[in-house]
Amino acid sequence: MDDKDQESESKPAKGLSRRSFLRGAGLSTAGSVLLTTNAFALEYKEHRNAGEEFGPDAMTIKMKVNGLVKSLSVEPRTTLASALRDHLELTGTKVVCDRGSCSACTVYLDGKPVNSCMMSAFDVGDKEITTIEGIAKNGELHPVQEAFIEHDASQCGYCTPGMIMSCVHLVDNNTDLNLDDVKDATRGNLCRCGTHPHVFKATLAAAKKTI
Amino acid sequence: MDTRKEKFPYGIPGHNLSEIEREIPIEEPPVWPVNDKLKIIGKRVTRIDALDKVTGKAKYTSDVRLPGMLFAKMLRSNLPHAVITSIDISKAESLPGVHAIHLIENVQKEGEENKNGKYPMVKYVGQPLGGIAAESLEIAKDAISLIKVNYEKKPFVIDIESAMEMGAPIVFDEPITQQEDGGDVGEVHDGSKGEGNVRGPSTSSFFGGPRGDLEAGFKEADVIVERTYRTQVHTHMPLETHGVVVDWRPDMMMVYASTQNTNAVRNEMASIFNLPKSKVRVFCDFMGGGFGAKHSAGSFGPMAANLAKKSGRPVWLMLDRQEEHIAEGNRPNSIQYLKIGARKDGTLTGIEQRSHGTAGVALGAGVGRIAQILYPCPNFATEQYDVLTNAGPGAAWRAPGNVQGAFGLEQAIDELAEKLGMDPLSYRDLIDKSEVRKVERQRGAKLFDWSRRQPAGSGKDVVKKGLGVGQSTWPRFVTLDSSVEVKIHNDGGVEIRSSVQDIGTGTKTILAQVVAEELGLKVKDITVNIGDTFFPVGPGSGGSVVTGSITPPTRNAAFEAKKELLKLVAKKWETDVVELFIEDGQVGSNKNAELKMPFKEATKLMRTSQISKIASRSDDYGGFQQPWGLAYGDLGSVQFAEVSVNTDTGFVKVDRVVAAHSCGRPLNIGQLESQINGGVIQGVS
Repeated sequence: MDDKDQESESKPAKGLSRRSFLRGAGLSTAGSVLLTTNAFALEYKEHRNAGEEFGPDAMTIKMKVNGLVKSLSVEPRTTLASALRDHLELTGTKVVCDRGSCSACTVYLDGKPVNSCMMSAFDVGDKEITTIEGIAKNGELHPVQEAFIEHDASQCGYCTPGMIMSCVHLVDNNTDLNLDDVKDATRGNLCRCGTHPHVFKATLAAAKKTI
Repeated sequence: MDTRKEKFPYGIPGHNLSEIEREIPIEEPPVWPVNDKLKIIGKRVTRIDALDKVTGKAKYTSDVRLPGMLFAKMLRSNLPHAVITSIDISKAESLPGVHAIHLIENVQKEGEENKNGKYPMVKYVGQPLGGIAAESLEIAKDAISLIKVNYEKKPFVIDIESAMEMGAPIVFDEPITQQEDGGDVGEVHDGSKGEGNVRGPSTSSFFGGPRGDLEAGFKEADVIVERTYRTQVHTHMPLETHGVVVDWRPDMMMVYASTQNTNAVRNEMASIFNLPKSKVRVFCDFMGGGFGAKHSAGSFGPMAANLAKKSGRPVWLMLDRQEEHIAEGNRPNSIQYLKIGARKDGTLTGIEQRSHGTAGVALGAGVGRIAQILYPCPNFATEQYDVLTNAGPGAAWRAPGNVQGAFGLEQAIDELAEKLGMDPLSYRDLIDKSEVRKVERQRGAKLFDWSRRQPAGSGKDVVKKGLGVGQSTWPRFVTLDSSVEVKIHNDGGVEIRSSVQDIGTGTKTILAQVVAEELGLKVKDITVNIGDTFFPVGPGSGGSVVTGSITPPTRNAAFEAKKELLKLVAKKWETDVVELFIEDGQVGSNKNAELKMPFKEATKLMRTSQISKIASRSDDYGGFQQPWGLAYGDLGSVQFAEVSVNTDTGFVKVDRVVAAHSCGRPLNIGQLESQINGGVIQGVS
């Protein structure tokens, strides 16, 4: 769960924290934001200075998503989830609670899971985003995706992208994991159909473990 | 109608499997044997749409993005009871990016004096008042906040017990009727009986009315339990909220809907906008859960259509999480009084039930029929009341009413067992006459290891452990208006079409299984195109009706299409069609083992591009107790739970549940497990 904690101040220089974003936004005029990060790293060679003000109108920014650099015109108040869903039509990422408590909108930022509904699109900067659409590589499914199919780990399927993002991250970063690790990794993932038992089975199977 | 007699497998495999003879329409296919003798039915087949779900490619209604599409937001009341004196939209109108504003107004009938004012009376917080379509959701939200609604406040009541008091603010001073959301199968009274906010009671159900003589029953009793139980309001919370995307084209209204019933939404929209059904197309490919609350077009459906009409653009209108909680359905609470009498030997002599529940501004807070039918008892009466409050309307939820009713009755039965000095499981063996539940109790108790249960009061620690058992039942419903088209294309492709939708239970997959089994093909050979009202009408996904309603016509349509294809092969081989069969993708002959033809090659014999057969659900095969498609099939469930309670903090933890359920013939074991897991987990969360 620590991985998803965007309040973490462990990397203040990267400016990933929601707190710093809100602090910046709070100081500026309504609808505009103060630049607290290198939001335009992919777009401009010259480094922008912290303290510059943007908005409220839309601006063109660039983002590296699933290995491709995408250009999009967004208002500074746009969340990463909205940028992905409404501007890039990557609708696999789901918005369910819209307040960082259900993990349906989980994406990776430089390989690290974040709740994209709680993050400003402007704060992504030059970090690489991976969405559910980028988990299968060259048409080949990740073992977790295969195991989800095999073990019937989705019902309505709306939480499934977020579940997969949590479980893929767990399996890819741990060589030796057990049921408690899977429960921990998916603790923030809300599912209403009750897929949890099959999610646990699938993830352990993908990690070549059995319950 | 010509019929023939056939013997069906009947009973519980490994226990009392036998046969039962039924009269069936003469053109129907031969009865399938038990699942062990079938290739695909009853097997653990992976979902045909699982790949789309695990890769994020599955497109839900909320994911629909159309060229020129606007995003809409609803205007909702922020008072529980008020008269709207005026609404000022001038600031919202002039916000750049706003394309259409629609306010809900009272409809004035011709020649009638409009005494209700221009806008509907506000009865609960979150009541829809209007909507705005704009170029982005953010702009739509901004514009909503710029609308000024002027209210004249009225006294309100939101607590059930306060609402029942004399002199409480009155929610409705007129009779009201049940909302027609198609999802509730509870007893319905006309809402005109009763006093003040307390409406009803309903005293009977489709299983009958009161029976026997309660007073005499309780006189006979040696032991009486008299208790009041309470259950709380739940909200459904499907992960995908209610909503639609409406694309009102000149020739047709296209509605993408997150719905449990495409056909009902189509009918509602056609009726509201005075369009022929053929000019409204409702589509639902993937939908993110409903649990009973998504049977209707609601207020958001017509709102999106009005905004689409005004703006001339497609309109996306999905609700947010807060709207979902306050305005889009909940399971009503209940206060249930139960009095149960029994003789010393445990025989039940009387059951009396009286319940009050609030579905907010709606009706439907009854606690179902469990007390009436779970245990035979000669003397029974129930009174189930609706209490109106200034809160959002309730909606059907997974066996509406039965959940609350089962909780109350089963608590009382446990208390009765304790008074009688009997083990609660053995006591149910004594009073429950259902053979199905008897087997469920036996098998469940073994898995759960019921024998380790200690008498009450044995635990001495702060954290105490309890082992319990509870039962329930649900009748067998079938929607007789259920149709399917099966097409065999001349490239070997097979397609299933129906308006029935898959709400996550796996309907698409079981349809493919049925057709693959009948045609001797593989599940992956079958394309399933459902959730589209341009196809034959299927049932709504509620009341556990879908599988029993839609799989028989699916098989019949496949059978008819197969017969037509085999006729062509028979002609080519100059043989009799009755000798031919399809197995493992090959047409073969019973008489001549040398005759073989791949299925795909056989489809090339077709004169037209496709063979197309539409079949509908037959009338019952002899088991219905109500002509509209209801049977009491002795189905039901028994669940065992191991629960820890911290007696200092009150923290409750469900450690383990064993659930034994019956559903008739299981079609897909993996999906069935998933659905039962879901029922249990949703029940404790």
